Amino acid sequence: MITDGVVIGLTTGVYGLSFGALGATSGFSWLNTQFLSLFLFSGASQFALVGFIGAGGGLAAALLTTWMLAARNGFYALRMAELLDLRGPKKWLAAQLTIDESTGLATSYDEPGNRSLARLGFWAAGISVYVFWNLATAIGYFAAGFIDDPLDFGVDAAIAAAFLALLWPRLKDQTARLVAGASVVLAIALVPVTPIGVPVLACSFVALAAGLWVSRKRRA
Amino acid sequence: MIWAAVILGSLGAMAFKFAGFALPRRLIERPRVVAVAMLYPVALLAALVAVQTFSTAGRLSLDWRAVGVGAAVIALLLRAPFIVVVLLAAVVTAGARYLFG
Repeated sequence: MITDGVVIGLTTGVYGLSFGALGATSGFSWLNTQFLSLFLFSGASQFALVGFIGAGGGLAAALLTTWMLAARNGFYALRMAELLDLRGPKKWLAAQLTIDESTGLATSYDEPGNRSLARLGFWAAGISVYVFWNLATAIGYFAAGFIDDPLDFGVDAAIAAAFLALLWPRLKDQTARLVAGASVVLAIALVPVTPIGVPVLACSFVALAAGLWVSRKRRA
Repeated sequence: MIWAAVILGSLGAMAFKFAGFALPRRLIERPRVVAVAMLYPVALLAALVAVQTFSTAGRLSLDWRAVGVGAAVIALLLRAPFIVVVLLAAVVTAGARYLFG
């Protein structure tokens, strides 16, 4: 279980390298970039924030997208709060470590009657990802520091690919694929007619509509 | 401006995590909440891929990025690890820009 956590941490560390490098090439100081990994600590949100600001998008659009991507951690937190059942400072530490990876490992081992393995999984993945992610952010930042024009190195395509790789494992069922397809079409249709940031935000309505439709169908 | 984005972005993201640990638990049992929560990142990430690939400064644009992202799709289909997918997109895009302008 702890090995699982360390492996997840190391793998995530690799995105951390890309994130650090992105910070450097988007005009963020090292402190800005590291602050995000220490406090925001949620990969897709961090990529979105740096990507938006780096591309010259407005503050409001960057923040809204970042928050909306971070909102899912709130849903995870509801589940993890119930699983971990903590009090005091440990509870807030757990909250900060509630991300895709820690929730994922915990849920994959969660079974009624024996929840200690799931709890261990949460901490193993959470702590290991936090440590490696932050180390990798610093290494990536300084390794990329010498790049002049990020576009020469295809950084814009790398960000798109990073989002795609984060999306990929979520496309297992039909509904998810439909939602992804509809979002791509809607976002592209809105780009020419709305300010930067709106196309992405608008797609949350696709998720809302599809989610309500799915839960209704299941009950029927 | 960057500091404002960094600090406000972090505070907002932390607020979601902490709220989840502070809120009453009966919220999670609602199937509607769960269904929307599952599809939410899918919609946002898909839109981000589209916008990051096919737009520049708020306008639609088709350039070598699309080829780089296409290479990333092939890498994902071949189950390549994250870093390979990201680097391949960068290398293919940068290579095409260098060769074809």
